[in-house]
Amino acid sequence: MSAVDVIGVSKSFAVKKATVVALDDVSLTVKAGEFVSLIGPSGCGKSTLLRLIAELDSPTSGSIAVFGKTARQARLDQSYGIVFQSAGLLPWRSIAANIELPLTLHGVSRTARRERVAELVELVGLTEFASSYPEQLSGGMQQRVAIARALAERPGLLLMDEPFGALDEMTRERMQAELVRMCAETAAAVIFVTHSIPEAVFLSDRVVVMSPRPGRIRAVIDIALGDVRGEKLREEESFFAGVTAVREALHGAPESTAATNAARGVDSR
Amino acid sequence: MTNTVVRRVLPPVVLGLVALLVWELGVTLARIQPYLLPAPSAIGKQLAVVFPSLWVAMLATGLNALIGLVVGSLMAIVFALLASRVRVIDHIIAPIVAAIAVVPIVALAPVLTTMFGATSESPRRVIVAIVVFVPVFVNTVRGLRQMLPVHRDLMQAYAASNWQVTRMVTVPGALPYIFTGLNIASSLAVISAVVAEYFGGLQNGLGSRITSAAANSAYPRAWAYVLGAIVLGLIFFTATLAIEKLATRRR
Repeated sequence: MSAVDVIGVSKSFAVKKATVVALDDVSLTVKAGEFVSLIGPSGCGKSTLLRLIAELDSPTSGSIAVFGKTARQARLDQSYGIVFQSAGLLPWRSIAANIELPLTLHGVSRTARRERVAELVELVGLTEFASSYPEQLSGGMQQRVAIARALAERPGLLLMDEPFGALDEMTRERMQAELVRMCAETAAAVIFVTHSIPEAVFLSDRVVVMSPRPGRIRAVIDIALGDVRGEKLREEESFFAGVTAVREALHGAPESTAATNAARGVDSR
Repeated sequence: MTNTVVRRVLPPVVLGLVALLVWELGVTLARIQPYLLPAPSAIGKQLAVVFPSLWVAMLATGLNALIGLVVGSLMAIVFALLASRVRVIDHIIAPIVAAIAVVPIVALAPVLTTMFGATSESPRRVIVAIVVFVPVFVNTVRGLRQMLPVHRDLMQAYAASNWQVTRMVTVPGALPYIFTGLNIASSLAVISAVVAEYFGGLQNGLGSRITSAAANSAYPRAWAYVLGAIVLGLIFFTATLAIEKLATRRR
């Protein structure tokens, strides 16, 4: 069974009497355990698509299935974990208490929670910070806590909305390598929204290139770099080839600019 | 450590002593009449004389202020929770609170005294509760509306119930705001409890002692009771600060 099936999904927002088409007839399938990145310029609807899959918004038309269930049922069943650009930790809860938040909300027993939190802080390498508070942690460490929290209920799907967008380049590359390792350990499918081409190529099995106004999928690029991805990969020819392929798909000549303008909704830029 | 304490505590203490000295000398040298301004030494003497009854009066007024503060604050917090959750209630309460905010509530004291009878403590407590309600309500509502979008998304992703969101995110996030309201309310509680006694009713509190001393031209004694009111206000204020420290250290 596929992790996510997006079929003919459109989403438009009403902004000051005008309608902005954020997504236009988007279809995408993500297989179980697959790592898929969504990349594109601002306004291409990549975050909107992620929010629709998470059922934080609902599509104007089209259908979304997560593990064969409706997006709503998948959310109610906690079939996915989610990480946002800001860690969104609760400042008054310790790191351990932040990680166990979803478990607490869903009535998991105290002993089971304690065990799971111990595993998770180990997984993200923050064991010695379990009793610290978010303000005492760096941005990268906070984001690792957010990832641990998203993995708390062993979801088969991880949704990540530019999770490393606010981190510096060095932290970012280290986090990417850790994410590859964690994904290998958890075997979860990942949908990863990003602005960064190297990041998308380094992490993904497939990169979905999107174009803005209206948000559409322009190309889907397979990245065959194998499952073991270490720091060395960043200097290899195959990695550069992937980066080039994604870049060309992103910046390549847009098809018939003038003809589609009428159908593109409001162009505010 | 002791050095910083000395540096922080010493200047205000010295300033206070200097002010008292200037006051004492000014009153003596300029021969200011006691009904205009009694000397600190005269007030101090009276303080020693009336201390037993001052203590009783402080307890009476303090209890009124405390009951009014607790009841008014609890009501304000409950209504704020309702207003932040149910839009209709917000629309109903907001104008009423605005109206209460501009009413000089202590001026209602004579009316309430008639209503509850002259031997009842209730009018003072009701007045304190109403006075306290406004700052606590306004600040709590503001605090409850501070929820970050990322926290809202997160709780929706977790399919958390309204009650869980309130308990886990909204209320802990609003605590600093609630305590801002309570800090203001704590001093207001003592002030309004004292002033409410100016308008008749039971003669057991600080306010009634101040008026009766002044009516008997015993000005140093009136000032001694005013001093008691100041101390009572300080106790309420610092107690609220201490509770805030305890509550916000680990929400």
